[in-house]
Amino acid sequence: MRPDRFAGPAAVAAKGRVAAVRWLASRRSAQAAFLALFASGPLVGIWITKGTLASSMTLGVLPLTDPLLLLQSLAALHVPERSALIGASIVLAAYAVVGGRMFCSWVCPVNLLTDLAHWLRLRAGFKNALRLNRQLRYWLLAATIAMSAATGSVVWEAVNPVTMLHRGLLFGTLAAAGLAAVVVGAVFLFDLAVAERGWCSHLCPVGAFYGLIGRFRLLKVAAPRRADCDHCQDCFQVCPEPHVIVPALKAPAGGDAAIRSIDCTNCGRCIDVCPQSVFAFSLGGKP
Amino acid sequence: MSDARGSSAARRAFLRDAAQGMCGLGLMGLGLAALAPAGHGEAGTAIRPPGALAGDRFFAACARCGLCVRDCPYDTLRLAERADDAPVGTPMFVARDVPCEMCEDIPCVRACPTGALDKSLTDIVDAKMGVAVLVGRETCLNVLGLRCDVCYRVCPLIDKAITLDAQHNVRTGKHAQLIPTVHADACTGCGKCEKSCVLEEAAIKVLPIHLAEGALGEHYRLGWEEKKRNRDAPLVPGLTELPKRGIDAVPGGPKP
Ligand code: SF4
Ligand code: SF4
Ligand code: SF4
Ligand code: SF4
Ligand code: SF4
Repeated sequence: MRPDRFAGPAAVAAKGRVAAVRWLASRRSAQAAFLALFASGPLVGIWITKGTLASSMTLGVLPLTDPLLLLQSLAALHVPERSALIGASIVLAAYAVVGGRMFCSWVCPVNLLTDLAHWLRLRAGFKNALRLNRQLRYWLLAATIAMSAATGSVVWEAVNPVTMLHRGLLFGTLAAAGLAAVVVGAVFLFDLAVAERGWCSHLCPVGAFYGLIGRFRLLKVAAPRRADCDHCQDCFQVCPEPHVIVPALKAPAGGDAAIRSIDCTNCGRCIDVCPQSVFAFSLGGKP
Repeated sequence: MSDARGSSAARRAFLRDAAQGMCGLGLMGLGLAALAPAGHGEAGTAIRPPGALAGDRFFAACARCGLCVRDCPYDTLRLAERADDAPVGTPMFVARDVPCEMCEDIPCVRACPTGALDKSLTDIVDAKMGVAVLVGRETCLNVLGLRCDVCYRVCPLIDKAITLDAQHNVRTGKHAQLIPTVHADACTGCGKCEKSCVLEEAAIKVLPIHLAEGALGEHYRLGWEEKKRNRDAPLVPGLTELPKRGIDAVPGGPKP
């Protein structure tokens, strides 16, 4: 990573302004659209999706439930009702295909904040004050399930920044400077001033869980034109999980150049910023 | 480096990492455990929606999704905030603000995806959100000897959940007091009475069941209930008859 140079300008020069932000812009639109589906009800009285990311009902027919929440509930020895079981199955099936961490980059509202924190820390030139192990999130995930079993309650929902922020926005409790504001503020400051990409790429058990369910996903980013790579490192600069890129770039000609790591969020930012157009989305793998 | 030394260093490194991982996991676990609602004290004293699973079981189920809140037509329900005595984000209501109107179709229960609000509640009259208690026995107008009766009149289960029990007014010596008396077996905890109490601060309040009803010790047995269960036969067969004494011994005295 080169702190003296920001990723982006090279891609703009090579491919033009539109192509260089294509996936970023799509992603932000998707994040806004998902928020709007939930927010149109409380804001203007047009109810499309009720509830929160923990569990919701769209147009009275489509139930969706966070499978991690369901897992904790089961660990706490509660067998949820059919609606939640169906809702969690739909979510599981969808993310198994498109990649679980697509939730992170395309849906989760916390991503907006942690991306902002990252953007700010780069511009402010803050040093990384704390090096964290990327495996921590899987330990935290295990702890979450274990503690749900031990305490007989859905423990993660007591602090989950994802649903806290979502709930805070939709039920108007964020402005009241309640617990949601504290937790979300802490995550933002942590990412800004303490650990680079600290929350989403090292700690969040929700992201870890969604990564696991996308283990055998069909939709992946691949590096079909890796032969053109001139090692500018721009992709590493923007990727929230840079370690996932190396195997794809290093794949032998004719070998599998799809990014297979469960940590890849399918955000597509590497596709955007690569001046050589090395990357592309692929279905299945190989290219 | 020889192979033996290399592998023992690797083993040490592995053990160290594993130990560090376990300690980290323990720390995270402790942090989460501290946050988990456990026991009545932490489960809070907030009044839950109809059909809410009892005590801590509620927290094994509730997603804090707010679907019940959204479907309540009277905006009775809301999600708990830090100031409330309930884990943040769980549904509750404050009867003095907006009581439960006891909807016949119970939309809040129907909306709940997880079963935290139990769908086996099909008749709202069977709901047990809490129990009303006349806490202000010094301020309630009826206890003072006046006729207010408002809590009694507004109760959706008037004469079942709440009655006016006449009692001699010792202060005046010649009047009656009509004491609002709640019957816990019928009261749903809807809070209409608390909402309507005419005083500055309600004299009648809905309390969570664990606070309102108390609890007998596990070992406690009610002799008369046990006897009924035993089809009125003596509980200890062959128990020695006690000798009659005093007025019981007088021929023509009280029958046993
Ligand atoms: S890692 Fe967690 S907080 Fe970050 S985007 Fe994913 S789910 Fe949201
Ligand atoms: S029964 Fe009706 S008024 Fe009472 S909490 Fe449920 S939806 Fe609201
Ligand atoms: S609808 Fe059910 S799961 Fe959702 S907040 Fe209400 S009680 Fe909890
Ligand atoms: S809470 Fe009050 S109004 Fe409601 S059922 Fe009980 S006594 Fe009646
Ligand atoms: S409404 Fe209040 S003051 Fe009136 S009888 Fe009931 S408890 Fe007493």
